[in-house]
Amino acid sequence: MSHVTMTQNEETRVGVFVCHCGSNIAGYVDVAAVTAYARTLPGVVFAQDNMYTCSDGGLTEIKTAIKTHALERVVVAACTPRTHEPLFRDACREAGLNPYLFEFVNIRDQCSWVHRLEPEAATQKAKDLVRMGVAKARLLQPLEEQEMPVEPVALIVGGGMIGMTAAVNLASRGFQVKLVEREPELGGMMLRLDKLYPTQDDAQPLIQQRVAEVRRSKTIEVFTASTLHAIKGFVGNYDVTVRDREGRLSSFKAGTVIVATGARVFTPHGMYGYDGERVVTQLELEKQIADRRLQIANCNLQPAVSNLKRVVMIQCVGARIPERPYCSRICCTTAIKNALELRELNPETEVYILYRDTETQGTRYEAYYTRAREAGIQFIRYSLDHPPQVGEGRVVVYDELLGAKLGIPYDLVVLSTPLVAQEGAHELAQMLKVPLDEHGFFLEAHVKLRPLDFATDGVYVAGTCRWPSHLEETIAQAYGAAARAATILTKEHVTSSGVVARVDESLCRGCGRCVEVCEFGAPALVEVAPGIKVARVNPVMCKGCGACASVCPTGAMAALHFTDGQVMAMVRAALLNQK
Amino acid sequence: MTNQAEGFQPRIVVFACNWCSYAGADLAGVSRIQYPPTTRVIRVMCSGRVTPGFILEAFRLGADGVLVTGCHPGDCHYISGNENAVVTVDKTGRLMNVLGIEAARLRLEWISAAEGARFARIMTEFTEQVQALGPTALKDTTL
Ligand SMILES: Cc1cc2nc3c(=O)[nH]c(=O)nc-3n(C[C@H](O)[C@H](O)[C@H](O)COP(=O)(O)OP(=O)(O)OC[C@H]3O[C@@H](n4cnc5c(N)ncnc54)[C@H](O)[C@@H]3O)c2cc1C
Ligand code: SF4
Ligand code: SF4
Ligand code: SF4
Ligand code: FES
Repeated sequence: MSHVTMTQNEETRVGVFVCHCGSNIAGYVDVAAVTAYARTLPGVVFAQDNMYTCSDGGLTEIKTAIKTHALERVVVAACTPRTHEPLFRDACREAGLNPYLFEFVNIRDQCSWVHRLEPEAATQKAKDLVRMGVAKARLLQPLEEQEMPVEPVALIVGGGMIGMTAAVNLASRGFQVKLVEREPELGGMMLRLDKLYPTQDDAQPLIQQRVAEVRRSKTIEVFTASTLHAIKGFVGNYDVTVRDREGRLSSFKAGTVIVATGARVFTPHGMYGYDGERVVTQLELEKQIADRRLQIANCNLQPAVSNLKRVVMIQCVGARIPERPYCSRICCTTAIKNALELRELNPETEVYILYRDTETQGTRYEAYYTRAREAGIQFIRYSLDHPPQVGEGRVVVYDELLGAKLGIPYDLVVLSTPLVAQEGAHELAQMLKVPLDEHGFFLEAHVKLRPLDFATDGVYVAGTCRWPSHLEETIAQAYGAAARAATILTKEHVTSSGVVARVDESLCRGCGRCVEVCEFGAPALVEVAPGIKVARVNPVMCKGCGACASVCPTGAMAALHFTDGQVMAMVRAALLNQK
Repeated sequence: MTNQAEGFQPRIVVFACNWCSYAGADLAGVSRIQYPPTTRVIRVMCSGRVTPGFILEAFRLGADGVLVTGCHPGDCHYISGNENAVVTVDKTGRLMNVLGIEAARLRLEWISAAEGARFARIMTEFTEQVQALGPTALKDTTL
């Protein structure tokens, strides 16, 4: 069995390790039969089964076999590469084998566990999968990882509460920060808020204190009235150009990027008689309340807001409807906050909140809702079947709980409108090569495993540009994103994966299809002789998706580790006659 | 296979992208959801890596069905690879037509990392669909 090679002159020496995973695999798949079958496959000079291949003992056996059998390729048939590939690659590396000469065959998650009632068929499938893995392994090539120095500078886009908080945090760790804000002033949405739920604290001292911290910091450079003009590069090494309103450009290098561009409030044009005067948004009401409070303090005026007899608030205006199905989360608490403020300014003011559902989850916010009820604020439930009608001086609403129509006279109607995607989010997303969700909010890599990361290495997200949320959450995200960025900034080097695309320049005719299809700007055409262009791939920018190789008309572009030859070998092995 | 008694067991090649569909396939396993042992998964980094050549080679060698699976629109780890997969599968479908292979033998499905049950359901449904069609008969095997 083992040393019968030499059919071909330089047949690659493959070793196969088939795992029992206790009874997880061996309970349904005949591991001994699969191992014996592996020995019959071309190139295989060694095969053994292990109780637990990932145990210390199992890894040692792999390393020993690499040496004693002069293995040039290692195949492990076991659980799944998604969890265990790094471990086995490391074992290869430790035994002096390039880690990319390792191939994983999934016979647990995708075989023994899903064919538990058909052990024979499961065993046959495991054999097929091993044959496919060996066929690919024979064609694997050693790949190189690249080490690139890291520029210890963070670029933060958006100078609201969240961008500034991340900036101050990174500066306190000793990193340089470049903070880019589109408006002439730092502060974002909070500049326009009066009080803050759930504590009724003043918004302005909080935000102004943060602005002052940013302005005081010697390591934070602020670009106001500026936007990102261009960004090129990759984790650790971005070339950034910022443009101000006069068109002046500034360029610098950065190692990592945090997106904190916030969101904008939906303007309810044409809804419920919105006119910005007697029918306003919550954000406009906050300004009215703040202005009045200022006037009361400054000139002893009779405050108009507090002369209001009846205020009707309508919730979910433009939210939780088919065209915008999400809940904006901040609106219920904002309505309660402003209702409490109105009652504070004048305890005679009656406030009616017409709601569909109240979204005040959690210990603090539910208590806040209770507080509003206790303060005499009226909650009336409506449904989309009978939306409230705003008429001259009266709002008519069908109360779902009473089962009756009510007419409520009003002095002011306040519409609670959702946060919607920031203007320019799409352009920014395209510039940074990061995705948006269907509503135009930035989409993280994984909601649970990587909630503040983008799939693109070195780019992070925080604040309401990700989804509408309270300061309590967005500020926590700011610290989180800063910590994630610091994991890059503290490194001297970043290592890129060896799974990248590579051009065979002798086959390339410079058509540029690869450049077009690549979402990461990795391939570029370079002039190698006058009038002759070929593509070259920057291995650090390349993510190894293989799209370029799929579209290349000449076969010049190879998606390493998933080359045409390697994938074809698997296809053929999959369809070899089965017994 | 000698399985007249059991009926026709199709051979199905499944291309699964690393980030969504392959993870979905693993989740079917973790959840112990059973499906027919008719499929053989080939992992690629992205559904956009699949070429007409891969698919047609599978049919040439007697595959009874080919499934290309990837992330849902908007979720591709490489942003738009799955859009390329749509183009590839469309194009390949037209070539299959010329070769006399039923279009229903090739399918493109979006399966996220969270959709283990969906992965298993698609494997089952597609197996039944291909079983109904019977083995692939090529008009001309010299593609
Ligand atoms: C009416 C209302 C009331 C609220 N009340 C409360 C409350 O009482 N309590 C509470 O906890 N939360 C409240 N919130 C939520 C709170 O405002 C947010 O959680 C918080 O402000 C989000 O901060 P941010 O920095 O993510 O976004 P923002 O404050 O929106 O800041 C984003 C910044 O990025 C800038 N920017 C955008 N695009 C670009 C670009 N392309 N380039 C450069 N800069 C850009 C913007 O100009 C802005 O300055 C309220 C929200 C609203 C709408
Ligand atoms: S290598 Fe994977 S299959 Fe084998 S024992 Fe470890 S977890 Fe189980
Ligand atoms: S493999 Fe993907 S990321 Fe790399 S160059 Fe090709 S298209 Fe771009
Ligand atoms: S697609 Fe192929 S031939 Fe065209 S430029 Fe890129 S590598 Fe060269
Ligand atoms: S990574 Fe899943 S389709 Fe592109």
